[in-house]
Amino acid sequence: MAEPMKIRATLQGDVADVRILMLHPMETGQRKDAKGEIVPLHFIQSVVVTHNGKTVLDAQWSQAVSRNPFLGLRVKGAKAGDKVSVTWVDNQGEKRTDEVTVAAAS
Amino acid sequence: MNTLRRSFLKLAGGVGTLAAAGAAGLLESTQAWASNWNKAGFESKALADVLNNLGAANTVESKDIVITAPDIAENGAVVPVAVTSRIPNTQQISIVAEKNPFPLAATFDVANGGDGYVSTRIKMGQTSNVWAVVKADGKFFTAKKEVKVTVGGCG
Repeated sequence: MAEPMKIRATLQGDVADVRILMLHPMETGQRKDAKGEIVPLHFIQSVVVTHNGKTVLDAQWSQAVSRNPFLGLRVKGAKAGDKVSVTWVDNQGEKRTDEVTVAAAS
Repeated sequence: MNTLRRSFLKLAGGVGTLAAAGAAGLLESTQAWASNWNKAGFESKALADVLNNLGAANTVESKDIVITAPDIAENGAVVPVAVTSRIPNTQQISIVAEKNPFPLAATFDVANGGDGYVSTRIKMGQTSNVWAVVKADGKFFTAKKEVKVTVGGCG
């Protein structure tokens, strides 16, 4: 089962600064394991970020994104308490959704 | 005894059907996701093909795109890249590492108040230019920055 994401959304003015850390091996399909066998392609293909249910970012990724991917974005017109939800799907059909609320500026 | 066994079988059968339905639903949604994925673009091996597959035949270099990436990346497996687009109505941002086996690393579609800014970390096989391709109002703009890679991250 996929590990939970770490998501942080902080308000800066009326812009929410969202930082997401996903835990995923992101195999390129070019690496070989200890036995010399190629580790099959396994990477996150699609990431969708929604703000109060509306899609703000729809990302399509290749295997060139680093292991345990980081994604940072900014959402305009956000308020404290707004919901930010992130869903990823990998090329083997595994998926994971996590949600956070936007925190007020500290 | 017998009735208990019957009801148990019935229950097991029910669970089985449910699991099958769940699996079918999952498969369907995976296909829907995959169709959205720009397969041709991600499988292109040259920069020109990537641009073609993004639909960006005519690109204009723009000073309103800022690529934040290190000049020298010691570890090619983790190269932090951030792209800021100050072009109004930015719809899409793509990150391309020119000399990677498959240059197109990621495409981000921005909508509904998403700002023209994305930040992520990519793998780079060797020293090359990192391109940002931005789509705004149906037009394509590019910017590039050279990143020197000490140890490649594609092996």
